[in-house]
Amino acid sequence: MIIERAAYISMVIMTISLFIAFLRLVKGPSTPDRIVALDLITMLTLGMILAYCMLTGQFVYLNTTIILALITFLGTVAYARYLEKRVL
Amino acid sequence: MIEWFVAILLVSGAIFMLLAAVGVLRFPDLFSRMHATTKASSFGAGLMLLSVILHVQELFIILEAMIVLIFIFLTAPVASHMIGRAAYFLQVPLWKGTIIDELHDRYNLHNHTLASESPDSATD
Repeated sequence: MIIERAAYISMVIMTISLFIAFLRLVKGPSTPDRIVALDLITMLTLGMILAYCMLTGQFVYLNTTIILALITFLGTVAYARYLEKRVL
Repeated sequence: MIEWFVAILLVSGAIFMLLAAVGVLRFPDLFSRMHATTKASSFGAGLMLLSVILHVQELFIILEAMIVLIFIFLTAPVASHMIGRAAYFLQVPLWKGTIIDELHDRYNLHNHTLASESPDSATD
């Protein structure tokens, strides 16, 4: 019971954080700002999936968080390498 | 008793992620934004994964969550280091109240190497 309430509260907090990070993604004056905002958005999505796991008790969704952590690392490294060397 | 602990861990992880988002909106500079977002967001995700680990009883799920935790804590510093390095090479403007820039004219614009002394006074 208390865990469900905590999951609801953390999902609300996570949604507000997603809006704030999206504002930085739209505003960001330079390209690395947008990359940092995308990285943060992926981490927030990972946290939201974890809160949904705690809410429903279906822990199969943890597989998604593995893939998400892998993809955010590879994407960030690829963006940074492209910005530095201008080739992939 | 353990339920209260799990709930407190979950909500505090979410609050750390909110702090990361507020920092990425409010800080004046790319590098201070990275200082906010990398540490706070990976710590928040770590707290939430810790609450998952404490909540479940099956061994496989605990191992899976620990894999995600270790992977995040290994890869977040590498990724943010690469973004910061690329941003410094692109000459992203620093905040106007910056006191010291220790890498100032210590890198070569042509072959993208950082030197420990300025490239004009280098002998080789």
